[in-house]
Amino acid sequence: MNRDLIIENFKEKFNSDILETVVKNQKRIVITINSDSIVKVAEYLFKSAGFRFIIATALHTKRGFEIHYHFSLDGSGLILNIHVMLENENPQIESLSNMFNASNWIEREMHELFGIDFLNHPNQEKLISEGNWAEGVYPMRKEMK
Amino acid sequence: MSKKTLIPIGPYHPLQEEPELFKLYCDGEIVKDIKWETGYNHRGIEKLSESKSYDQVFFLVERICGICSTSHPFAFANAVEEIANIEVTDRAKYIRSVIGELERIHSHLLWVGLAGHFLGYNTVFMWAWKYREPVLDLFEMISGNRNSYAMFKIGGVRRDIENSKISVIRQVLGEVKKKTDLLTGAVMDDPVIHARTKGVGILTKQDIIDYAAVGPTARASGVEIDVRKDDPYAAYPLVDWKVITAQAGDVFAKAEVRLLEMYQSISIIEQCLNGLLKEKEGEIAVKVKEIPEGIGNGRAEAPRGEVFHFVQSDGSNSPARHKIRAPSYVNIATFKKSCIGQTIADATISLAAVDPCYCCTERMAVAYDATSGDKIMNANELINKSLERTDELKKTIKSNL
Repeated sequence: MNRDLIIENFKEKFNSDILETVVKNQKRIVITINSDSIVKVAEYLFKSAGFRFIIATALHTKRGFEIHYHFSLDGSGLILNIHVMLENENPQIESLSNMFNASNWIEREMHELFGIDFLNHPNQEKLISEGNWAEGVYPMRKEMK
Repeated sequence: MSKKTLIPIGPYHPLQEEPELFKLYCDGEIVKDIKWETGYNHRGIEKLSESKSYDQVFFLVERICGICSTSHPFAFANAVEEIANIEVTDRAKYIRSVIGELERIHSHLLWVGLAGHFLGYNTVFMWAWKYREPVLDLFEMISGNRNSYAMFKIGGVRRDIENSKISVIRQVLGEVKKKTDLLTGAVMDDPVIHARTKGVGILTKQDIIDYAAVGPTARASGVEIDVRKDDPYAAYPLVDWKVITAQAGDVFAKAEVRLLEMYQSISIIEQCLNGLLKEKEGEIAVKVKEIPEGIGNGRAEAPRGEVFHFVQSDGSNSPARHKIRAPSYVNIATFKKSCIGQTIADATISLAAVDPCYCCTERMAVAYDATSGDKIMNANELINKSLERTDELKKTIKSNL
């Protein structure tokens, strides 16, 4: 399946979940989706469309918490960023780690550094600062200077 | 449930460059489970990057890894240039690729040496590191530094490779090629190395996809991914080369992929040097005014796999958010697949096979009994276990000849 066809299929399939699409160029696309749909979207990309999960980036901005899930369609050079917005108080989203192991560590890291909860994560313990960082203090939040 | 023995490898151990702790839960000789702890030396580079200007970030990210120090500036440059839509000159592209490939050669040589050391082939270790030296000398000639070359900047490179230096680089590459033949022959033809590495630490294609592993680790399991081909950058689309893969997924396949990749790197550099001769000297950078608001996804193929940098710019002179993913982050996690079910002697080389960014900071690796807390094994004893295994195999293979 070629790149354009995959993106067309994706848009058609998840039409009601997509909030915004930004096409920077043929190889860089950002699609903002409803955060409740992350599991079914990731499942489609990983299992049906052949995307590889590169990593996820959490951001703490004026708008609240955001996550970019970076997916790569190897061979075509496409990086598809699935972007979700989370609420500022009590940010949480469904974990992808029951689908693929690649997201296990990064979700633990985002939980530890940003305080984002990953629901149904198999083992959401600390990854980086095991045992030597205060509870409830999140170093990557914007209030930490 | 049977009693298991815990063998920690780390936090300081010659297998690893950074301090990190692998806990091997063993039942007799067999590894039953593995856990990983890190953060001993967490430097907060992502956070630090937000307080640096774009020019300074290059020096910061160059210090993430001591061996492949140019791969992070490479990916960061790709990310920022994507935000600002900057197209660098062809001469800068060639220089970037020359630096990237020279680094791949010296990094792979370092791995071959260490892998040899863990298998009890100290001659391979001495040779590989000796042959790596001239490559580092080339870096010194080009950049003034043997490592952390500070060659990259937004819009190009900081130093030219003058045409007068090209013949020296060619001469050294010729020598490196001969030595690579020697090492490849030594690894490919030795029955003991075959016995120690074939069928050991196997990662299947499905494991690679599940853990999203990258680089030689993925390519040795038949997953043909390489950012240089998939998402071409710098001079890689301008030269002719191929992606090396192997199918077996074991330690031998990983060694094979790395050794054969060195030939591709030599070929890429030679073609880039030809390209340099056609370009005008000194045209190594374009002027950059400001970095506009936006996001950039930059990646580069480091010796260990894809390095990924995500940069968000708010229009100021430093990144608003800078996410970095080094290849070892995804490759290390595959240990759960490659080590479980192996003997302790094979676990050492299985851990080393993904090249988890190690150096010679040997401090300690002490084993404690999980229940009594008694010390039962130190680092040398652990390596000795691997050496003994090689000796045994040597004897068996010799007696069968």
